[in-house]
Amino acid sequence: MSLLYDWLIGPFADFGFMRRALAACLALSLGSGAMGVFLVLRRMSLIGDTMAHSVLPGAAIGFMLAGMSLPAMSLGGFLAGLLVALASGLVSRFTPQKEDASFASFFMISLAIGVLLVSTHGSAVDLMHVLFGSILAVDDGSLILMASVASTTLMVLAVIFRGLVAECFDPLYLRALNGRGGLYHVLFLTLVVLNMVSGFQALGTLMAVGLMMLPATAARFWVREVWSLICLATLVAFVSGYIGLVLSYQFNWPSGPAIVLVAGALYLLSLAIGPRDGILLPLLVRRHLRS
Amino acid sequence: MTEPDLVSLRDVTVAYDRHPAIHHVSCGFARGSLTAIIGPNGAGKSTLVKTIAGLLKPAEGAMRLHGVSPKDIAYLPQLAGIDDSFPISVQDVVLLGLWRRTGAFGRITLDMRVEASKALSTVGLDGFEGRAFGSVSAGQRQRVLFARVLVADSPLILLDEPFSAVDSRTTADLIRLIDRWHREGRTVLAVLHDHDQVRRHFPQSLLMAREVVAGGPTEEVLTPANLLRARAMSEAWDGDAEVCRGAA
Repeated sequence: MSLLYDWLIGPFADFGFMRRALAACLALSLGSGAMGVFLVLRRMSLIGDTMAHSVLPGAAIGFMLAGMSLPAMSLGGFLAGLLVALASGLVSRFTPQKEDASFASFFMISLAIGVLLVSTHGSAVDLMHVLFGSILAVDDGSLILMASVASTTLMVLAVIFRGLVAECFDPLYLRALNGRGGLYHVLFLTLVVLNMVSGFQALGTLMAVGLMMLPATAARFWVREVWSLICLATLVAFVSGYIGLVLSYQFNWPSGPAIVLVAGALYLLSLAIGPRDGILLPLLVRRHLRS
Repeated sequence: MTEPDLVSLRDVTVAYDRHPAIHHVSCGFARGSLTAIIGPNGAGKSTLVKTIAGLLKPAEGAMRLHGVSPKDIAYLPQLAGIDDSFPISVQDVVLLGLWRRTGAFGRITLDMRVEASKALSTVGLDGFEGRAFGSVSAGQRQRVLFARVLVADSPLILLDEPFSAVDSRTTADLIRLIDRWHREGRTVLAVLHDHDQVRRHFPQSLLMAREVVAGGPTEEVLTPANLLRARAMSEAWDGDAEVCRGAA
C-alpha cells in the first residue's frame, strides 16, 4: 500500500512543482480536449500540428525583446500563430489552393524564421526550452495563464457551439442562412492558437499538439457524439498528464515526451480494443446482428 | 401592374478562375412558381442556385430578391457537400432548419423538437430522431434534409440535385412534398437531370448551357432542338478565350 502511495501520490504530496505540473495538465486538458475533437472532426488534424510550430517565431521575438518572460513569449506566439492561421485562411478562401497546402507553406516559413531567430539571438538551451517546454518548471504566472486560456476556451466554445457544429457539418447551408460561418471558423482557429500558446510553456511547441490530438483521436474509438468525444478526450488528456508526470518523476524521464507518449499509448490501446471501429473487436466478435 | 418576380437576375455572370460558369444570364422566377433548372453537366445549374442563395457573388450583373430577404431562403445543398461522418443526430440536423428562429444562441424548446419530429414523420422517418445522420442510407439522408427544409417554413426553396443517389420510391415521396410546397404558394427551384420527371411534375423550366437556352412552360422549353442546342453550347469550351466585352 505504501509502495502504491509512494508511486502514485507521494510525488504530488511532497513537491509543490509536481502539484503545479498536475494542475497545469488539468488546465491544458480542459482546453485542449475540446479543441482536438473539433480539429479531428473538421479533418484539420495535421493543420493543428502546423499551427503549433507556427507560434515559434513570435515566441522567439518575445524572448529577444524581454528574455525568458512568459507574457512576452506568449503574446508573441499568439500573434504569430494567429497571423499564420489568418494568412492561410485568406489564401485558401481567395485562391484555388486548399487550406492544408497554404497552412503547410506559411508554417514552414514561420518555423524557419523562428529557428533562425532563436539560433542567432539565444542559446541551444533556450531553443530546447521553446521546442520541448518544461512542465516541471511551471510557475504561478504560467499556471494562471493556462487556467485563463482553459476557462476562455470553454466559455467561448459554449457560446459558439451550435454555430461551430453547423459550420463543420454543412458549411454551405450555414453560409446560405447568412450564419457567419467564417466568424466561427476564425474564432475556432483563435482558440486553437491560444491553447497552443498555453501548451508550449509546459510541453514545448513540438509536443503541445500531442496533448491536443492524441486524446481526440483515441476518443473516436469509444464514443460518437460531439459532447461525449469532448468529455472523453479531456479525461484521456488529464490521465495522460498524470501518468506521464508519475513516469517522469519515477524514471527521471523528460516530462513532455513522457506525457505525450502515454497519450500515444492510450491511442494505440483505443485503436486495438475500442468498441467503435477498433481493429480487434471484429476479430473477436464475428457474429453480426439481426437485420 | 404586374407583380415583380420573386427572384430576378439581370445580365449575371459568375466565374471560377475568370472562366464563366454562367454567362450574362437574365431570367426571373415568379412568386409561387415551380421551376426545374435543367441542362447538361457543367451548364451552370448549381452555380445559378448558389448565386440565388447568396453563396456566390456575380462578377457582373445583379441578382435581386423582391419581398423576401436572403434569410428567407431554404437551401438544400448537394449531399456530396455534407460531411456525413460528422457525429450529429438526425433530429439535430432537422433542428438546423429552425436557424432563422433560433440563430446561433437561441434555445431549442420542446415545441421545436416536436416540430422536428413531425417533419421527420412527414418525410417517412418516424422514430429516426436519435439515429446518427451518417448511419442512415443516402435516400434517408435526403429525406432528413427535406425535413430540415420543411421546418424552415420558407417562401423560397432552392433544391440542388435533390434526387441524385435516391431510389424511385424516395423520389416519388419527395416529389409529393415539393407539390405540397407549390400548392402552399411557395416558390420552388430545383436542379434536375431527369427530363421525364420534369415534364410530369414541373410546370416551368429553365434550360441552361452556361447561358439561358430557353425558359418558360416546360413543354416549350424541353424541345429536341433546345436540348441539342444546350448540349452543343455546353460542350463548347475555349481554354484560350479572350476577355468578354459584353452580353452575348
